[in-house]
Amino acid sequence: MTVQTSRPGIVARNVSKSFGSHLVLDKVDLTADEGAILALLGPNGAGKTTIVRILSTLIPADSGSMRIAGHDVVTDPDGVRALIGVTGQFSAVDNLLTGAENLRLMADLRHLGRDAGRRRVTELLEQFDLTDAGDQLLSTYSGGMRRRLDLAMTLVGEPRVIFLDEPTAGLDPRSRLTMWGIVRQLASAGVTVLLTTQQLDEADQLADRIAVLDQGRIVAEGTPAELKSRIPGGHVRLHFAGPDLLRLAAGLLPAAAPDQDQLVLQVPADGTVDSFRELLDELHGARIAVERVSIHTPDLDDVFLAVTGSHVTGRHVTGRPDGDATPQGAAQP
Amino acid sequence: MTTLAYTLSDSRVMLRRNLKHQLRYPSMTVMLVGLPVVLLLLFVYVFGGQLGAGLGAHLGRRAYLDYVVPGLMLITVASAVQGTSIMVAMDMTGGIIDRFRTMAIARGSVLTGHVLGSLIQTLAALAVLIGVAFGLGFRTTAGPLAWLATIGMLALFAFALIWLAVALGLAAKSVETASNTPMVLFLLVFLSSAFVRTQTMPGGLRQFAEYQPFTPVGDTVRGLLTNAAIGNHAIAAIAWSIGIALAAYFWAIRLYNRRRATQPS
Repeated sequence: MTVQTSRPGIVARNVSKSFGSHLVLDKVDLTADEGAILALLGPNGAGKTTIVRILSTLIPADSGSMRIAGHDVVTDPDGVRALIGVTGQFSAVDNLLTGAENLRLMADLRHLGRDAGRRRVTELLEQFDLTDAGDQLLSTYSGGMRRRLDLAMTLVGEPRVIFLDEPTAGLDPRSRLTMWGIVRQLASAGVTVLLTTQQLDEADQLADRIAVLDQGRIVAEGTPAELKSRIPGGHVRLHFAGPDLLRLAAGLLPAAAPDQDQLVLQVPADGTVDSFRELLDELHGARIAVERVSIHTPDLDDVFLAVTGSHVTGRHVTGRPDGDATPQGAAQP
Repeated sequence: MTTLAYTLSDSRVMLRRNLKHQLRYPSMTVMLVGLPVVLLLLFVYVFGGQLGAGLGAHLGRRAYLDYVVPGLMLITVASAVQGTSIMVAMDMTGGIIDRFRTMAIARGSVLTGHVLGSLIQTLAALAVLIGVAFGLGFRTTAGPLAWLATIGMLALFAFALIWLAVALGLAAKSVETASNTPMVLFLLVFLSSAFVRTQTMPGGLRQFAEYQPFTPVGDTVRGLLTNAAIGNHAIAAIAWSIGIALAAYFWAIRLYNRRRATQPS
């Protein structure tokens, strides 16, 4: 497989797609340089999966132009398919085969040849810590093992561009870290990665660039640092035993927003230990007893609030009939 | 490699995958092979005495065995293609089909793999049935050429019904639907000359039985194996097979290609 450097890994311009009368993607532009990780951040129903399905030649776009590693998605789908690997949200493995057989199947379909195929299978089983389970049927695999095998299958043909649709959804924290490590390794080996996620920290940890997708439109795009500079830095929530204490504290901290019903004072914070200590010292000095404290770090909901002016939660209730309406941002205190 | 070489290679890989599936999912394979054998025993030993008497005086169970074996060959084909439908639907509702679609593999190789795999399974099931039939005392006048023609006829008809089953499996929204629709084929075997002569049926039913595909195929096979008259049944049988195969093939390909454009998520 030849790689033309200087070419961007993924370029999409003006991509639109409707299902019936429902506009799912509205003139989406995306660019990922070769070897870069682009994170597509957005809630359920934003159109993330649809973009992945279009760019990976699974479904056609209504309009727009797309090139993957220099190949046009519309006019040269097989050229694209030869260079990409896709790991979707739902496991794309053959349940009646063993792990090794699944990988062999991929090697055969990539026409790797007998010996090269066998070597690649052994290599991947080792890399993904599946050597011992290689000869077992998939029915004995755990969720994390399946996900690892799924990704390993995607990598059999050494793709130049890979698409990962919510690669860590449903994984335990440890498997999530493993997955992050694999993604970083791939990018450092020159593979272009487009991954979708609902979690700001995941995009932040992995991506060179983040595109925020909301209701089929890109509402913000930039490096994680650029994007975070647009988000307020999170806040500290102080819980009080009574309304009097809340009133006193609110008088002491004019920048804070009191919530009379819940007896909570929301204080803007930059997340540093020093500022937190200062805040507690100030309250202690004024002899105001705080019952409980919780710290809120910025999440997807904050991003949305910052770039669209509305919450993920609100639009789900009013505007989105489809999709799972679990607002990721709101669910994480 | 050329495009043709890739197509052959991909189809062979898919065929191997399907054969492996049959071995890994033995309950279904055993069911599909076992059902015709059970029906053979049932028809010969339970119904055979009385049904055989209907074939002519002093003939009885032995004669009915000779009569009914071609019918059970049709049952074997109908039974096997039910498995095809289920396997295709399982593939289409599972996640792996989307992986195949994002790979540069020969377009039809997934379906080709299913068709060839099912054909092999059907021929194996027929071999088992024929073996049991001989064990029960089935006698044939067929020489090597007639046997070859019999196998050719059954393979051609099975090929047609397998494509039909592939289309039904693709059309089904769920694996359950896919396992139910091919039951119609089963019913058609009973409404043919497979178990009793069509002459014994009442008017309308008799006409239906004579003009549906299972009757000419069954009569052709019976003629080849037992010296009974074939007449123009062979031509009808081959025409039906080719017609069904072509129609089902184009239907299946259309369903297979259309599926990708309409999937929302």
